Amino acid sequence: MVSIWVNQLLQGILLGGLYTLFATGLSLSAGVMRFVNIAHGDFIVLTGYILMILTVSLGLNPVVATLLVLPIAFAFGFGLQRMLLQRVVGENVLLVILVTFGLSIIIENGLLEGFGADSQKISGGWMETATIPLGHDVNVGLFQVVTFAAAVILVAALDLLLYRTGIGAKIRAVSDDVAAADLIGLSSVRIYAIAMGITFVTIGIAAGFMSIWTNFDPASGPTRLLIAFEVIVLGGLGSLWGSLAGGVVLGVAQAIGGQFDITWQMLAGHIVFLIVLALRPQGLFPKY
Amino acid sequence: MAPGQQLILNLARAAFAVAVVAMAVAPSLFGATEIVLLTEFLSMLVLAIMWNLLAGYADIVTVGQHAFVGVGAYALFGFTALAGLNPFLSIPLAGLVAFIIAVPAMILVFRLRTAYLAIGTWVVAEVLLLIAGKFSAFGGGSGSSLPISIILAFGRARPERLATIYWLAFALAAAAMLATYFLLRSRIGIGLTAMRDNEEGAAAIGVNITYARILCFLGTAPFLGMAGAIITLQKLRIAPQASFSIIDWTVFIIFNVVIGGIGSFEGPIIGTIIYFVLRQYLAELGAWNLIVLGSFSIVIILIEKRGLWGLLRRALSDDLIPIAHKPSKPSKSAEAASDAEPAA
Repeated sequence: MVSIWVNQLLQGILLGGLYTLFATGLSLSAGVMRFVNIAHGDFIVLTGYILMILTVSLGLNPVVATLLVLPIAFAFGFGLQRMLLQRVVGENVLLVILVTFGLSIIIENGLLEGFGADSQKISGGWMETATIPLGHDVNVGLFQVVTFAAAVILVAALDLLLYRTGIGAKIRAVSDDVAAADLIGLSSVRIYAIAMGITFVTIGIAAGFMSIWTNFDPASGPTRLLIAFEVIVLGGLGSLWGSLAGGVVLGVAQAIGGQFDITWQMLAGHIVFLIVLALRPQGLFPKY
Repeated sequence: MAPGQQLILNLARAAFAVAVVAMAVAPSLFGATEIVLLTEFLSMLVLAIMWNLLAGYADIVTVGQHAFVGVGAYALFGFTALAGLNPFLSIPLAGLVAFIIAVPAMILVFRLRTAYLAIGTWVVAEVLLLIAGKFSAFGGGSGSSLPISIILAFGRARPERLATIYWLAFALAAAAMLATYFLLRSRIGIGLTAMRDNEEGAAAIGVNITYARILCFLGTAPFLGMAGAIITLQKLRIAPQASFSIIDWTVFIIFNVVIGGIGSFEGPIIGTIIYFVLRQYLAELGAWNLIVLGSFSIVIILIEKRGLWGLLRRALSDDLIPIAHKPSKPSKSAEAASDAEPAA
């Protein structure tokens, strides 16, 4: 009996890794560009479909497919910011919300039209089935452990990128004060586009792990967005390491709720989020 | 002001007045199909007016509007089918329940700002949807149909019933319009308009932003709840996914208002009319329907953020429904003085 709960708890913690992966991109775009991309979850799901095409039609290994997608994702994010979002960024947050909301609906229905409503999943082969026994009937999946490790590495890498590199300093400068950054000769438009490119790389990574871990269908974008959003608010806005904590809290809450049934799984996550929002609106590890 | 412009404006106002009169006597003019469509139009119009008030004026971009529509639907079912109350009385009561639920919802989501608030409202709606599916008396996850006896309370024969429900929708839409009109004409409305144009500036000159936002959020909830109740009278059943449908009660509404013109009184009306006209053609397109509307609304935002009404308004000298207070006319001598000034 105890081992069931220990297993469930471990599963929840590891699920937090996947949720952190969902959230890092959103945390980056929210922290740097001060806007929330409503289509964030849909872009993760869209990338999942692209990975599905690459693995099923071209027979590529999922890891290879994900690595192939990352540079394309960067270019796409760069282009999206430069061509579309930059036109509405800054002057009024309302417009960014509405444009990304429109994108979200277009992606969901485009996928529905192209692939139907069936749920999809990419087979991870041996990676997916291997388990690590921890004794006393307690087991964890290898893939889940790798996902959690990837989340920790991604958060550490972004932290280094933002606080230890030249481009990171530029991104932070633009984030703090666009006008001042432009004044000292930084091209805020270009730096925003680079930041969005990096955001989309994290979306590509998240999609790679998601497509093997869970099922996804055209309508599952909003769920991913809500999870990513709850993770960054739980963790504390703008705090990268906080999002790891937020992911774990949400993952554990869902794992415990999931012991009852699937709606309780979702409900437990949302309720924990709302309770923390009520008691500690600045999040668990506020940055400022 | 060019006389041609004034003529167009007066013609448009006359057309609007004719449309209102026609709507007021619609059940004696049209058949059942049209009445059903018009009832749906009026319910959607109420939702559009409310979303516009929040997003266009009070800076509360909600993506969780369907929450209160669903609450209204479930409350109607609870009061009529379960508690056995008078069906007509149950509609305002459904609005009251939406209002009561809006209070804690507001306390939670107002801790977040702008885009975070938007997603926060979505989370609240999701929670309410999931909870609605937990009530077995309401049919659980698969929902429940309204008992025949309640439906018959609105009229024994079908045409009579459709007319009654139409009147309810008409009354609600009229109340929504009048309430918005008088709110925007009031002191609070002037503050809201100032907020729409520049939030920091408005706060600096003493507009109480918090009070205005609370008033708008709590004020729209009963309208949304009553709209949900009336929609349920048309659909004749409740179900978590249908009663709390984000696509029907939030996504389409946002697109309508954005296309028609956000932050104007005319915008939601124009947007909802366009939506119902387009729907006749787009309905067969399935998923393409939303793709077309989504693309259209993005293009509109890029061209003119105040929507189609914003585009039209550039060519017109005044609003169709004058909301703004006109600056009082300067006296003759003052006018002459200001005319003389550049020459001096």
